[in-house]
Amino acid sequence: MSSELNHLLGLASAGKMSRREFVGRAGALGVSTAVAGTMLSTAAFADTPVKGGLLRAGMQGGESTNTLDPALAASDVPFMINSTWGETLVDVELNGTLGLRVAEEVSSNADATQWMFKIRKGVEYHNGATMTAEDVVATLKRHTDDKAQSGAQGIVKGITDMKAEGDMVTLTLAAGNADLPFLMADYHLIIQPGGGVDNPTSGIGSGAYKVVEHEPGVRTAFEKHTNHWDASRGHADQVEILTINDNPARTAAIQAGQIHLMNRIDPKIVDLLKGNTDIAIERAAGPGHYVFIMRCNAAPFDNNDLRMALKMSVNRQEMLEKILGGMGSRGNDFPINAAYPMFDDSISQREYDAATAADFYKKSGHDGSPILLQVAPGAFPGAVEAAQLFQASANAAGIPLQVKLEPDDGYWDNVWNIAPFCASYWGGRPVQDQMYSTAYLSTAEWNDTAFKDAHFDEVMIAARGELDQAKRKGMYSEMATILRDTGGLICPMFNDWVEGRRSEVGGWIPNPAGTLMNGKAMSMCWLNA
Amino acid sequence: MHPLIKLVAQRIALGLILLLAVSVVIFLGIEMLPGDTAQAILGQSATATSLANLRESLGLNQSPATRYFTWLGHALQGDLGKALTNQQDIAQAIGQRLGNTLFLAVCAGAIAVPLSIGLGLVAARFNGRWPDKLISGVTLAMISLPEFVAAYFMILLLTLVIPILQPVSMIFPGMGFFEKLHAVALPVIVLVMVVLAHMMRMTRAAILNVMQSAYIETAELKGLSPMQVIWRHALPNAVAPIISVVVINLAYLVVGVVVVEVVFSYNALGQYLVDHVAKRDLPVVQAVGIIFAAVYIGLNILADLIGIIANPRLRHPK
Repeated sequence: MSSELNHLLGLASAGKMSRREFVGRAGALGVSTAVAGTMLSTAAFADTPVKGGLLRAGMQGGESTNTLDPALAASDVPFMINSTWGETLVDVELNGTLGLRVAEEVSSNADATQWMFKIRKGVEYHNGATMTAEDVVATLKRHTDDKAQSGAQGIVKGITDMKAEGDMVTLTLAAGNADLPFLMADYHLIIQPGGGVDNPTSGIGSGAYKVVEHEPGVRTAFEKHTNHWDASRGHADQVEILTINDNPARTAAIQAGQIHLMNRIDPKIVDLLKGNTDIAIERAAGPGHYVFIMRCNAAPFDNNDLRMALKMSVNRQEMLEKILGGMGSRGNDFPINAAYPMFDDSISQREYDAATAADFYKKSGHDGSPILLQVAPGAFPGAVEAAQLFQASANAAGIPLQVKLEPDDGYWDNVWNIAPFCASYWGGRPVQDQMYSTAYLSTAEWNDTAFKDAHFDEVMIAARGELDQAKRKGMYSEMATILRDTGGLICPMFNDWVEGRRSEVGGWIPNPAGTLMNGKAMSMCWLNA
Repeated sequence: MHPLIKLVAQRIALGLILLLAVSVVIFLGIEMLPGDTAQAILGQSATATSLANLRESLGLNQSPATRYFTWLGHALQGDLGKALTNQQDIAQAIGQRLGNTLFLAVCAGAIAVPLSIGLGLVAARFNGRWPDKLISGVTLAMISLPEFVAAYFMILLLTLVIPILQPVSMIFPGMGFFEKLHAVALPVIVLVMVVLAHMMRMTRAAILNVMQSAYIETAELKGLSPMQVIWRHALPNAVAPIISVVVINLAYLVVGVVVVEVVFSYNALGQYLVDHVAKRDLPVVQAVGIIFAAVYIGLNILADLIGIIANPRLRHPK
């Protein structure tokens, strides 16, 4: 059964959706009316949310230096905490569709330069105040301010005018952007009372749970926000998010039942957990990927033949199996996979080919001196081992690739975006345009491959304002091909989310957009007694 | 003035000068690390503009000397400032975590110290026979295991094979005393395993050393039982070396247990320090560093004093 259908079934059996609506929407997914009816009557017993209890998640990716300011969230634990107390205008649902949260209607003008968000009535903050359109505008404005140091500054920068009128928020853009609603789902853009200008770290929002205690890097405890507008969220009475950075400790905690959910199961131990009937391994194919980046403006990587030689000499299948334990998919040297809307799956998969690699290497006229690949253990999990595999397969093709080990400390300051060839990772973005404009536009600050192609830039800007989906998909396909064949990115693999759920946790719906149901696990799951 | 009081005053004054020196060393150490706070906070997401903004707002544009003396001036007035990374009040954050650190150290110490001294006495009593060999063998085996291996082994044994304890040991203000004890049971067991051997071996060696003396022979000839000889005549004269080793181990239990803290996700000072070193958060590193140094220096002064008090020749200098 598709996960979308499961989700609908959950809603319907919980009484959040009428029978008629369920049958209609299931029909859209290709399920006949009779079957849908039967499914509903069986599921009603199996999948009813249970109220009450204390739901606990143990997560990697938190430090005692974290804050509750959504503008500054960068790692998994703050992301999860903020998604539990706060809400964005919209969010990304399964299959990359747009879900409505604080906004109940989204519309645009014909050339996608003006977007209207109708703010839902009666959305109440934890402090009892009601959310207004002014709060939304104030929130977005705060993220444009340099002082806020917001991770979403790049997203809101393109908005030239923000206006609140009654319950409508109107955003005017400098150039058309058909993806704007998706950008508003960014996890930094949580709507705060007064925009969070006075007190960005108050942790007061409109989410299903309110923060009771917050000890950064240790634990955040929540209790249910009884006046939350969405009755389909917030089942447990209390939830807790514990920071357990150590892999074996986190795994032991879920085995012992001290936590119910965990993120980032080490792919190497997945097989060992399979025999445990108390724990379900949840996988979702997300947009995150591990990369080796060559700077196209630095010798010897300014030679496309050499870049191609290196791209051809990666054994992707071997890396996928050995580094990710098969929990992922092979990359194709552009940063997009099936997790994105409008992905072109007809672009052929690049394979390891030592002979072609050797030809390209010869053609490049490289002098045969060692080609250094700089890598640190923290570049991505298994980075050093992946680099060694790469070295072995490249050497087999006669390419003198050599791994140079760097310390984790200072890696992102001294190596990444500076060294001509190094390892890195990307978490992915909800839409293709955002991924490309973050790292592959000529002028992007994080253009870590120093890839500059005027035609590529033009197509990207044009695609942004293109409302015709078919045309747009064609443009993205062209960009992918340009990057694949001329770019500085070597993308051997996309990593799946691999997470653990104890069997007593109900309501789980895999969502590839982010960790633990895209941050919604605490609000949408429940504990079966 | 009583020479003992004079000595204490001297030691404390020396300790304070040492602390000042430690603060300079920590400061220089952080300055020498590659990258600064702004880069460490922004990490992969750093851009030239965001770096400049952050440096400005954190006051990193001032010279290192200015920053050090500003910090020192505030610290001397008892103001440890706010963490650069998340603006949390340092004194408050440290207060709670220091409490947790001491709680764990006291629990482990309360078991490890009497146990190791007791085992040391027994080992000395049965020197060279099977109880001695058993005690030495087991404790040396335990100290030879790296802490994290011992920790994972205990997790496996006591949470999965025999599920009586919990692998994650975080403690919080609202918890009752026994609840806290239950939570920290695993790290306490591991720490006891780690520190036991050192103190036990020292006790054994010190006692055996004293046992060679003529007065011990006299005591034996008086007809005292071996345990009485050790307890009444050997131990008091072996106290000084034993105490100094006990103190080193207690200091370790306070300042050196970050690996155990990480494995059990125990929210104490060690992990707090490491997180902030990674982000080059100087005020926090300074504050925690000073606390650790103070604990170390303080315990060493205490060891000296006990050594002196235990030794009549030092207690009544001519």
